[in-house]
Amino acid sequence: MVTSAQTLVYILAGMLFILSLRGLSNQETARRGNAMGAVGMALALLVTCVALSRDTASRTADMSQAYMLLAGAIGVGAIVGAFLAARVAMTSMPELVAVLHSFVGAAAVLVGIASYLEPGRDVTVVHEVEVFVGVFIGAVTFTGSIIAFFKLRGTLGGRPLLLPARHFINLLLVGASLYLAIVFVSAAAPTGITPLLVMTGIAALLGVHLVMAIGGGDMPVVVSLLNSYSGWAAAASGFMLGNDLLIITGALVGSSGAILSYIMCKAMNRSIWNVVFGGFGATPTSSGKAKDAPAGKVNEATAEQVAQLLLAARSVIIVPGYGMAVAQAQHPTKTLSETLESRGIQVRYAIHPVAGRLPGHMNVLLAEANVSYDVVKEMEEINDEFDKTDVVLIIGANDIVNPSALTDVTSPIYGMPVLEAWKAARVVMLKRGMAAGYAGVDNAICYNDNTLMLFGDAKQSIQKLATRVQAEEKAA
Amino acid sequence: MKVGILKELAPNEKRVAATPTLVNKIIKLGLEVIVEAGAGASAQLLDGAYAEMSATIAPDAATVWAEADVVLKVRAPMMRADGKHEADLIKEGATLISFFWPGQNKPLIEHLQSRKVTVLAMDAMPRISRAQKMDALSAMANVVGYRAVIEAATHFGRFFPGQVTAAGRVKPAQVMIIGAGVAGLAAIAAAKSLGAVVRAFDTRPAVREQVQSLGASFLEFKFEESGEGEGGYAKQMSDAYLAAEQALIAENAKEVDIIISTAVIPGADAPKLITSGAVVSMRPGSVIIDLAAEQGGNCALTERDKVVERFGTKIVGYTDLASRMADQASELYATVVYNLLEDVYDTEKKDVVIDRGDEVHRGVVVLDKGELLWPPPRPKPPSHAPRPEKKPQVIAVAPPPPTSSALTTVILVVAVSLIAAAGLFAEGEFLQHLTVFLLACVVGWHVVWNVSPALHTPLMSVTNAISGIILVGGVLLLRVGGLQIATILAAFAILLAMINVAGGFLVTSRMLKMFRRGPAKDTVHAHAHGGRK
Repeated sequence: MVTSAQTLVYILAGMLFILSLRGLSNQETARRGNAMGAVGMALALLVTCVALSRDTASRTADMSQAYMLLAGAIGVGAIVGAFLAARVAMTSMPELVAVLHSFVGAAAVLVGIASYLEPGRDVTVVHEVEVFVGVFIGAVTFTGSIIAFFKLRGTLGGRPLLLPARHFINLLLVGASLYLAIVFVSAAAPTGITPLLVMTGIAALLGVHLVMAIGGGDMPVVVSLLNSYSGWAAAASGFMLGNDLLIITGALVGSSGAILSYIMCKAMNRSIWNVVFGGFGATPTSSGKAKDAPAGKVNEATAEQVAQLLLAARSVIIVPGYGMAVAQAQHPTKTLSETLESRGIQVRYAIHPVAGRLPGHMNVLLAEANVSYDVVKEMEEINDEFDKTDVVLIIGANDIVNPSALTDVTSPIYGMPVLEAWKAARVVMLKRGMAAGYAGVDNAICYNDNTLMLFGDAKQSIQKLATRVQAEEKAA
Repeated sequence: MKVGILKELAPNEKRVAATPTLVNKIIKLGLEVIVEAGAGASAQLLDGAYAEMSATIAPDAATVWAEADVVLKVRAPMMRADGKHEADLIKEGATLISFFWPGQNKPLIEHLQSRKVTVLAMDAMPRISRAQKMDALSAMANVVGYRAVIEAATHFGRFFPGQVTAAGRVKPAQVMIIGAGVAGLAAIAAAKSLGAVVRAFDTRPAVREQVQSLGASFLEFKFEESGEGEGGYAKQMSDAYLAAEQALIAENAKEVDIIISTAVIPGADAPKLITSGAVVSMRPGSVIIDLAAEQGGNCALTERDKVVERFGTKIVGYTDLASRMADQASELYATVVYNLLEDVYDTEKKDVVIDRGDEVHRGVVVLDKGELLWPPPRPKPPSHAPRPEKKPQVIAVAPPPPTSSALTTVILVVAVSLIAAAGLFAEGEFLQHLTVFLLACVVGWHVVWNVSPALHTPLMSVTNAISGIILVGGVLLLRVGGLQIATILAAFAILLAMINVAGGFLVTSRMLKMFRRGPAKDTVHAHAHGGRK
């Protein structure tokens, strides 16, 4: 059924995918890596289409409609995909990624069910189990990603939905799926469709419930976890169809997502269990604390004062957070930093691993604004530099610069590595108001003597600063 | 208000309390500055440079004393060559900021008290994180530690780094640093960078990590008392304890070429850690740099301000090491003094205002308008946190793969049990697929750990695109042909997966095009040092 030429091309495609991920290890080779992935995909698709036409089954069947379906699906899919890719704003990358995950999940479900319905296939217990597992993972990925998408868009709000006895509900859903698995495997071929579809519904419900219970700030982990699931779903389909390429690719994607989730969790000093099942951020103790704590006074500053401060500095570090993404302030930020640099002021950016709603989200936004990646530093690279820095500009970031994470054992974010911005001579914090960060914890950095608060929309504030600094430039 | 900068009188004192750059900053605070002619000459700072920053240049010291409301100095007031004491010249009610050593200068305090002077002692700065930028002792100790190594290299007749040459093998110099405070740590770093093999000794176990982070080995010292005293400094210990220290140092002295000793205890004589016996046992040609010479020396044979040779070992007792790097030392000292001035100067009242509730102000103030406020109430218990400026540097860019973590164990267990289960129950084809699957997981694991964190979003969109490979599954399922549920479902799957493939690759390519490297940034420093008008 699978010819040796086809196998060879599949191996080639698998290797191209590996090289593609390998290429992403640094910026210079990343574009080549992406191209390799695309070539691998094209090869795989081509050879599969050829294999389809030569398949023994297809020779006996009426294939004209199938070919039309194939051409139509590929054509429409490619156009829709290209349209999405071209139109999406970089600040909406997390939403796009989430919705694409849901497509993989849905495709896995469809392939699974179609494979079960395929007439004249071999019926073995192993195959039935593979179908079942593939459909289960696919369905969880599908609905989970849809919920993540709506949460990231803000349609659903960031607060976790914590039903009473939610762990019990999860257990119940999984238990029901296990029971249906037994029913499904023992049923004769066409009748098994009922338990399979019921299970799909249950898994879909599980996906919704799992992601609903996770707060908006944990989305980087959830998105990478769903990334992982979409890989496992593809791998499961590979088992189901006996296709090694699907297995290899699924495993690559699955482990990639798993590693990203691990890195994100590590950056928040939390375990994956705590993120998925913890319902973090809405516990009464932490939110209650936030209300009691703001005792100190804050130093409010005007854009004019901050501009003067920046002009007098020799080194500036900019700490962007989700607030910058929300306000779409990356372009004015770039203008500001460029003007400062032209005056001989050293400007760098400090990126916390979980800043934003997607791993590497801030890097993409800054890249979009044309900020050189040389000046964009990871947390470990720059944390020792803060005490030598004159001004730190925090744009819409909160928990990732909270000193309580290092000092206050009772703080819910205690132990999370943070950017030690408060060590700089002056800290300017751009914020809409005094609301606590996503973790619901008050931020001690706001009350430091060397911290100035610049309230208002991040984009407008930065634009004011940039205009003011540029005016100085012209006057000089 | 006027701020006065004076030429230092002490012999060998080449530092000055303010550089032109800092004078500029003082003027920006809204103060005037008057500088004695030639004040910075010994630190290569010319009067013209001060004048350019709008400071007034006064012809002699008397003018500066008469006019200045705030006097910035390095050393405490002392007797002048003309027989007048500097303390008599200071304007009544003025403020003096300098090193002062109030514990050792009781008569001077009384002298200044009668003139209603406010005295802020740089040496009394509390060691809390907020005061780090005003910590003159640490700033100077850093210079001294570095210079100590340079002096040692000058007096040592051999290489520091080990070499293998055609003319034979050169052994690396063995350096022992006693006392891992700021000076000791700076000395470790300097000696290491010259290529020496460095060991360090300190009675405070808490500094072990800092020593090791600089690449030196830490000499283990076991005794029942902890050497950590108040305010993060070492404290004085019992006789038996001292004897044990001496023994450990003597033991190591036999093996090392150079000893740099920095052990001082605030307000007391330096402990005699290096006995004459230890000096005798050192190899001829060895060098001891005794940074505690001003407090009587850590070595029994040290002579203050001199280089002496005893039993073939040169013992250097200079007390002016900071002045031997006057340019650098002045720049650092001027910065910390400015930071304190900025902290105590109230721009609204246009005066120096001491806030007695403020830990920093309370710590440094000796006299407030003649009122004796020294010594301050006991400081808080020592903080065991390592001093941030010497924090071990973490350079790793990505977290290393967790080789022994629970995660790996779980994965291994799952993998093994899967294979075992499959081997027992499944047919051959499944086992083969499982093998491919597990191998691919391992490959993916290794490849993905190398991805730069900045590229995590592109990584996600690429993996997203390639997970669209599931469309291959859809295509294969079309083989049954015709228009039936199976083929329609498969076609729909292909459609969704294709959106993924096209969308994923295209958006990744769009993102990656944006990542760019900027123009070379090496012009920045040149600009930064130029004056801004």
